[in-house]
Amino acid sequence: MKKVLAFIALIITGALLVYGVKDFPKWADPNQPASLHVSPRYIEHALDETAVPNLVTAVLADYRGFDTMFETAVIFTAGMVVMMILRRPKKW
Amino acid sequence: MFEYILSKYNYWMYIVIILIGFYAMMAKGNFMKKLIGMGIFQWAIIFYFMSIGAKKGASIHIVGGHGAAHTAVQAAEIINPLPSVLMLTAIVVAVATTGITLSVIIMIYKRYGTLDEDEITTPE
Amino acid sequence: MVKDIEDIVISTLSRFLIPFMQVFSLYVFAHGHSSPGGGFQGGCIMAAAFILMVIAYDLNEAKRRFREKALLIFCCLGVFIYVGTGFLCLLLGSNFLDYSILSKILPADPIKARYYGMAMIELGVQITVMAIMLSIFLDLVTKGEHEGALEEDV
Repeated sequence: MKKVLAFIALIITGALLVYGVKDFPKWADPNQPASLHVSPRYIEHALDETAVPNLVTAVLADYRGFDTMFETAVIFTAGMVVMMILRRPKKW
Repeated sequence: MFEYILSKYNYWMYIVIILIGFYAMMAKGNFMKKLIGMGIFQWAIIFYFMSIGAKKGASIHIVGGHGAAHTAVQAAEIINPLPSVLMLTAIVVAVATTGITLSVIIMIYKRYGTLDEDEITTPE
Repeated sequence: MVKDIEDIVISTLSRFLIPFMQVFSLYVFAHGHSSPGGGFQGGCIMAAAFILMVIAYDLNEAKRRFREKALLIFCCLGVFIYVGTGFLCLLLGSNFLDYSILSKILPADPIKARYYGMAMIELGVQITVMAIMLSIFLDLVTKGEHEGALEEDV
């Protein structure tokens, strides 16, 4: 019974996803919306403004530095949560 | 028609992997199998997002090599660095959620003695 | 003392691999500015070297090299270095995480100071990621009982 319901949900989700592919850009299209607005500015000015040849490090650590700071806080919180769940005092 | 299917073939592949992970999360009864399904789902989403950054005939995003004079960098010859940056964060989040889910599974096993979903949720 | 080595091939190979992996992780971190790499990648490789030590040898051997209290200090030190760099930029007079103002204390022009600011925060990210990955792994392997695993053979 559970597997029949899972298959029905799977077919509905698959149909919705295939219907959504109609609006996606072609693969490796240079004029797709993801490459048009702020990304050319990062590519052209990153070496002049930051003197770092690796574009991913320049964007990650300088232009999007706040995201990386909260990312580090997320991984720190995950370590603390695993400690809080698993460690118990001795007298349990 | 054939052109339409062939020009977007990366999306069809990622849809198949997403549906495999989705089925594993819903239909399997063991908690470890559900966890593996969640992992497959997360990695399919990460691959899909990174395939957006490709550009035809472009080179990788490391500019200004070997002490050359700073010629102007054309935006059409370097692939998009932004999806890779955002997916670095997503990979770390995936690792964090997998670690926490494993610790919750350990506590479930300590409490109930079994990892089967039907035996835990049926009231005795 | 390492006792009860089960497989001679794995232990001999890992004796060669573990120092190489640790040096390689520092190399990947240090070359993060000119080749693929950076803080997250170097931290994961360093944690993998210690996990290989747990898999190939005894658990007590790995815990003897990296104590639990030192692990907790390293977790907090990484986040402290990152936020401390941003706070230092705030104290020197500019916005939070604006590295060009670091040219006042470092011998570089404002453009090169952004290079050094990025190196400092990547160091913080690497220390935190390495310590947290090792801490999560040790918690899951010993089921939370760190003190109990020291007496008996795990």
